[in-house]
Amino acid sequence: MYTASDLRKGLKISIDGEPYIVTEFQFAKPGKGQALYRTKMRNMITGNSFERTFRSNDKFEKAPLEERSMQFLYAQGDEYHFMDTQSYEQMALSKEQLGDTINFLIDNMEVDVLLFDGRPIGVTPPTFVELSVTTADPWAKGDTSGTDTKPVTVETGYVLQVPPFIEEGEKIQIDTRTGEYVTRVKS
Amino acid sequence: MPSARVLWQRATLIQTIRAFFVDRGYLEVDTPVRIPAPAPELHIEAEPAGEWFLQTSPELCMKRLLAAGLPRIFQICKCFRRHERGSRHLPEFTMLEWYRSDSDYHDLMVECEELFRFLADGLGLGGKITVAGQEVALAGPWERLTVAEAFRRHGSMSAAQALAGGCFDEVLVGEIEPRLGLVTPTFLFDYPAELGALARLKPGDATVAERFEIYVAGLELANGFSELTDPVEQRRRFEYDRARMAQLGRNPGPMPEPFLDALAHLGPAAGIALGVDRLVMVMAGADAMDQVVPFTPETL
Repeated sequence: MYTASDLRKGLKISIDGEPYIVTEFQFAKPGKGQALYRTKMRNMITGNSFERTFRSNDKFEKAPLEERSMQFLYAQGDEYHFMDTQSYEQMALSKEQLGDTINFLIDNMEVDVLLFDGRPIGVTPPTFVELSVTTADPWAKGDTSGTDTKPVTVETGYVLQVPPFIEEGEKIQIDTRTGEYVTRVKS
Repeated sequence: MPSARVLWQRATLIQTIRAFFVDRGYLEVDTPVRIPAPAPELHIEAEPAGEWFLQTSPELCMKRLLAAGLPRIFQICKCFRRHERGSRHLPEFTMLEWYRSDSDYHDLMVECEELFRFLADGLGLGGKITVAGQEVALAGPWERLTVAEAFRRHGSMSAAQALAGGCFDEVLVGEIEPRLGLVTPTFLFDYPAELGALARLKPGDATVAERFEIYVAGLELANGFSELTDPVEQRRRFEYDRARMAQLGRNPGPMPEPFLDALAHLGPAAGIALGVDRLVMVMAGADAMDQVVPFTPETL
C-alpha cells in the first residue's frame, strides 16, 4: 500500500484494477494549506494519460506487476507468441501491445515480458540487438557528396540510417531504446 | 550542488537582508530551534526532537519578545516541516521573519516592496527580476488583489464556493497561483477567516482575516498578517486545530501556554515569514530549490 507521500515519477500504482505509471509529479502546498500531490499518469494498458491531484490521506495499491524473461517463438497474424523457458508456459501479445519492439524481434530472442495480474501487457527487448542487413545500396567509393549516412533494411523489415560502408549481409548492432545504429558486428 | 555563483548570491542576499533591517532599527534575535510546543496548525507537521520539537517557525518566541517590549525584531533561521519535499520545498529550510508593533498588514506590504527593491539593488539586478523567462518589475507599487477578487478573475468558481466544496487549495494551486506575480509581484490578501490561524479578523468584516501572501511568477514567497492579539480567541483556534490533529492520529503537542500568556500583553502588531531559499530562487533565476542550497536531504 502506498500513500500520497510515496508518489514520484516512475511509480506504478493500481487504480480501479488497472496499472498506471506516474509520468509527472509535483508537490504543492499553499501557505497554511494542505499538501497536494499533483500528478500526470499513464494507463499502462491503454496508454491514455490524465492529470490527477491527490491529498496526503489518499492511499493506493501497488500495481501487481511482474517481469519475466521469455523467448520469442513466432508471429501469427497480429499475434506474437512468447514462451517462459523454465515453465514452458506460452503467452501471446498483440502487435499493438508490442509497439516499436516488433522492429527488433527475431526468433528465439530473449525478452522481458511485463505481466499485470498474470496478464501480459508489454515487452522490453534487450538494450542492444544484433540484426542482419537485408537490403543496402552499395557504397560508391570515392563518393564525396558529403552524405554520411544511408538507409538500410534489416531482417525484421525495420529501416534505419547507417554509415555508408555497411553492406548487405552484414550484421549491425542497434540500440533498442533509440532505434539507432551503434556499430558494425565483425563476423 | 549549486554553482559557486549561486552560493555567492545566496550569501550576498542574506547579508543584504541584515543590512536592510539593521538600518531600520530592527533588533536581530535568535530564538531556540528546539521548542516544547510549536503552534498547533493542522497542515504543518513538526519534526519531533526527543520529547520536544524542532520549530516550524520562530513565530511564537518572536511574538513573546514583541509582547515583552521589543518593538521591531527580525530573525533568519532554520525551520523544519515534516513531509514537505518538492521542487519548491525542503523539510529543512531557511526562514526570515520580522515583527513590528503599532503596525498592520498594509504597513508590512509597503515594507516588503522596499525590501525587495533594496535586495535587487544589492544584487545588482536593477528594478526587475527574471523568473522562468518572465520579467517581473519591482519598481512602483505591486499588484494588490483580494482572495475573493483573484478567484473571480482567475478561478472557475468563487472563493466561497471553493471553500464550501472543500477544494479551496486545489483551485488556488491549479488555477489562481500560476496567474499571480507575472508583471509585478502580487499581494494576495484578505483570506477567508478560517485560513488565518494566527491572524486578526478585519475590523468591520469578520469573514476575512488580515493576512497576505507574496507571489512572484506564480511562486509563493511570504505570508504576513496583522497579529491576532486576543488570547481567548487564539486558544479557541488552537484547540480546534489540536482536536482535528488528534482525529487524524497526529500528536498535537502541548498547548503553547507561555505564548498565550504573553499574547495578553501584545498591542497591535504585524509580522511576516519569508522563505529565504525561495527568495534566492527568484533572485538567481533558479527553477528548483535544489539549485540554491548547498545540500538537500538526498545529497547528505
